[in-house]
Amino acid sequence: MTSTHRTVEGGRIDRTTTLGFTFDGEALTGHPGDTLASALLAAGRHSIATSVKLGRPRGVAGAWAEDPCGLVQIEEPFPEPMLLATTVELYDGLAASGLPGQGRLADVPDSARYDAVHHHVDVLVVGAGPAGLAAALTAARAGARVALVDEQSEAGGSLLSGTDQLDGVPATAWVEAAVQELAGSPEVLHLQRTTAFGSYDDGFVLALERRTDHLGAAAPEHLSRQRVWRLRARSVVVATGAHERPVVFADNDRPGIMLAGAARTFLHRYGVLPGREAVVFTTNDSAYDAALDLSRAGVRVQAVVDARPDGAPHRRAECDDAGIPVLPGSVVTGTRGVERVTHALVAPLAGGEVGASSAVGCDLLLVSGGWNPAVHLYSQARGRLRYDEELGAFLPGDDVDGLAAAGAAAGVTDLAGCLADGQRVGRAALASLQLEPAADDRLPSAPEFRTPAAPMVLWRVPDTSGAEGTTQFVDLQRDATVADIARAVGAGLRSIEHVKRYTTIGTAHDQGKTSGVLTSGITAELLGVPVRATGTTTFRPPYTPVSFAALAGRDRGRLFDPERVTAVHGWHVAQGAVFEDVGQWVRPRYYPQPGEDMNAAVLRECAAVRTSVGILDGSTLGKIDVQGPDAAVLLDRIYTNLMSSLKVGSVRYGVLCGVDGMVIDDGTVLRLAEDRFLALTTTGGAAKVLDWMEEWVQTEWPDLRVHCTSVTEQWVTFPVVGPRSRDVIGAVFPGVDVANEAFPFMTWRDTTLDGVPVRLARISFSGELAYEVHLNAWYAMAVWTRLIEAGRRYGITPYGTETMHVLRAEKGYPIIGQDTDGTVTPHDLGMAWAVSKKKPDFIGKRSFARPANTDPRRKQLVGLLPTDGSTVLPEGSQVVELHPDGVLPPPPVPMLGHVTSSYRSAELGRPFALALVRAGRSRIGETLHVPLDGSLVPVEVTASVLVDPEGARRDG
Amino acid sequence: MQLIACPWCGPREEVEFSYGGQAHVPHPAAPADLNDEEWAHYVFFRANPKGRFAERWNHSAGCRRWFNAVRDTATYRFEAVYRLDDPRPVTP
Repeated sequence: MTSTHRTVEGGRIDRTTTLGFTFDGEALTGHPGDTLASALLAAGRHSIATSVKLGRPRGVAGAWAEDPCGLVQIEEPFPEPMLLATTVELYDGLAASGLPGQGRLADVPDSARYDAVHHHVDVLVVGAGPAGLAAALTAARAGARVALVDEQSEAGGSLLSGTDQLDGVPATAWVEAAVQELAGSPEVLHLQRTTAFGSYDDGFVLALERRTDHLGAAAPEHLSRQRVWRLRARSVVVATGAHERPVVFADNDRPGIMLAGAARTFLHRYGVLPGREAVVFTTNDSAYDAALDLSRAGVRVQAVVDARPDGAPHRRAECDDAGIPVLPGSVVTGTRGVERVTHALVAPLAGGEVGASSAVGCDLLLVSGGWNPAVHLYSQARGRLRYDEELGAFLPGDDVDGLAAAGAAAGVTDLAGCLADGQRVGRAALASLQLEPAADDRLPSAPEFRTPAAPMVLWRVPDTSGAEGTTQFVDLQRDATVADIARAVGAGLRSIEHVKRYTTIGTAHDQGKTSGVLTSGITAELLGVPVRATGTTTFRPPYTPVSFAALAGRDRGRLFDPERVTAVHGWHVAQGAVFEDVGQWVRPRYYPQPGEDMNAAVLRECAAVRTSVGILDGSTLGKIDVQGPDAAVLLDRIYTNLMSSLKVGSVRYGVLCGVDGMVIDDGTVLRLAEDRFLALTTTGGAAKVLDWMEEWVQTEWPDLRVHCTSVTEQWVTFPVVGPRSRDVIGAVFPGVDVANEAFPFMTWRDTTLDGVPVRLARISFSGELAYEVHLNAWYAMAVWTRLIEAGRRYGITPYGTETMHVLRAEKGYPIIGQDTDGTVTPHDLGMAWAVSKKKPDFIGKRSFARPANTDPRRKQLVGLLPTDGSTVLPEGSQVVELHPDGVLPPPPVPMLGHVTSSYRSAELGRPFALALVRAGRSRIGETLHVPLDGSLVPVEVTASVLVDPEGARRDG
Repeated sequence: MQLIACPWCGPREEVEFSYGGQAHVPHPAAPADLNDEEWAHYVFFRANPKGRFAERWNHSAGCRRWFNAVRDTATYRFEAVYRLDDPRPVTP
């Protein structure tokens, strides 16, 4: 199809280059500088898609983000749903289709990159129209650090859509000079295609820059497609312009019905005639410019229908000269046409009564009900709006701290006024920064302002169509009508927020840019209250839709969260380990041999440890170096045990509780010197325990001379575990006397291996003879390899976290956070032995004496053995007790507790579990039941230590 | 996102900070001397005012220092920040 509706000349498109694209499968052409919407209109195509609920044809009704209709899906080069045809810049090879209000997500991964940049400025100006440019120039000329962001492809704002002159030449020449001047200012960041979509506290503004969307398949791969700018400004100038507001009448949604200002934009910016025969319906003077400009461009303007009784007297002569009939005191009551408007129904309006209508033929119906300042960013920053009775619009009220609106966004309606307002607000920002305006900070001279005739506030035309408001569309994207608002009000809703949610008005893609204020006005009218009493709904970010991909930026996939691996991770990978995430750590879970599943591998690993020797990469254990003359005092207060009595060279297990007496972590503590300890924590608790120590040292005991430092990353830890571990350690470290008497349980020894310092500690998390090998992570691989080599003759078996868990559970050692949940005391875990009775106080001690903590009915950690010898109870299963007659108590069945850990045991030859059970220790020997898949599994309650309760194995 | 003025580092983004609850609630010197109710008040009870509230904050992703602040819980505005050993400042 040819560009039947392209003007002969003019517009900001590059006519020397032709771009090919398809829409709904039809091949079309356009030019660089076009949007998808302007290219479609140039081809005479208005109808874009059908509406979401009613399936009515809808077209292009605006020229930018305020368009409530023209939703499209991009198919090529990358599928993207729910874009406005008016904001999609045309590129060669674009393939798009119209959307009935619902998009379709891509089913292929998005290969594009998205990123984010932080930027700090003195003054952020949002909007590069006349007010924004004036503000940015004023700030830049004074030497302030400035960011200027604008959502369109080029600067100029409303100046791109008109024929204004500044300094006697086209205003676009001034725009070009201003952009050049800003580009020459080293402290200015100027971004086009960048939408400020959210404003937050303390001058924080988020903006989305579309960097390569407009290039289509030609987008360079090394550039991020979109970028989120995280802007922090001392002063924010909101120069976001205004959105034109329609007037509601029957069948006001047909393709070919468009905002008057949008038609002017299509004409002047894109060189497009949006129709051949136009009717212009207005309540204010601004639409006369559209009527006259279109007429000059060859559009036959059938009539200007002006709702005001006297119309615009001073525009009358211009209309007469152009041969445009003006019908003052008249309204459009309805339309005809299906795929495109064919007639406007025009009727006189007097005293609120509509007279008989006559049909005026047209293929374009332009509407203007006034202008709504784009107050979104002001309102998001908690600025309070005030209703202006004359304009029928909500304007910014008082300035918010560090944020002010300027120009049309502040309700200024003329060019000279917008320039002056921009400069004024720019200077106010400078004043707050204690900067002086530059001497050469001059504004261009604008044409003299002609005071317009007062606008009329008209939200909707009385419905004479007989449809009772059901075709008077307020929110075209939601297919919501005046009848829907009437139903909401009839249902008793009074708050505009409730009306919004009841009718869904303002909840679609455009977030009510055209419908929001209309809804306030119509609701107020129906309720018989002033509009200022109704107010508006709350403006929330984002101003325009932002993709999740852009918000996620680089934080996706592997970069979503850091992955921590140990110094011997590569070895685990080479061994075919299966990994699991433990916090940010990636740890081997088990090392399957060919044909093994997890159960088989874990049973093999467990048996190897209990009968010969195994090795674990325990490097993820938290390690805190506690140093200072008062280190022992601090640990005595932090741990429930007495740590100050620990001898240098020895190790003690300790428990940490909160002030409520509940266990928060546990681990062993090595005394390295009189004034130095190494506290080992759980893998997941490392940061928390360091924070905990720091909090107490800083906030309660600043007098203590002690420092706590994380050394988790610096040290690796390799437990060598099992009856043959002594042989392995003895072979690798010949300088160490590994005999039990010389190197007893819960002691540590320093040694060296080829000059590398190594610390060995007799600590066991399995009940077996075991040595932890600690050393500088730098030498980890070499030492690990030697341990493996030395253990080969004993069949040394690397084991993972799953086997570690089984082995510790067989011994009744709890995992804090798995067997505990923040309501469990050391006594509940059967660890009263770890609670010092000698110390006068430690964190949580006083809570142990609270009645709730001494209640014998508390849940206590016990073992459970399913009596069938085969069921593996799911962790989290509930534990219940049957009546003596074997019947389940009536619902609600009392829950005695739950299974916290459950595994198969190679040693026991059967599955077992740990559970927190009410008064559990007094129930040892009893049979309880665990509901599972509709039946009750009988379980025998046992002590929590199921393997080697005498502790005979730990010394080998 | 708010800026919070760390007394050691100056204004930084709020994501660098973590909250520590009500300020000026010292750990009792001799918990054993308290009855259950008094101890429970220390462990469990905190004020929850609408308006100015003296709170503990930690610049956890920055200098890792704890400090106190007076914040208006209705507006989120920080009215004062001060070091732990300073008395609560008088705010206008």
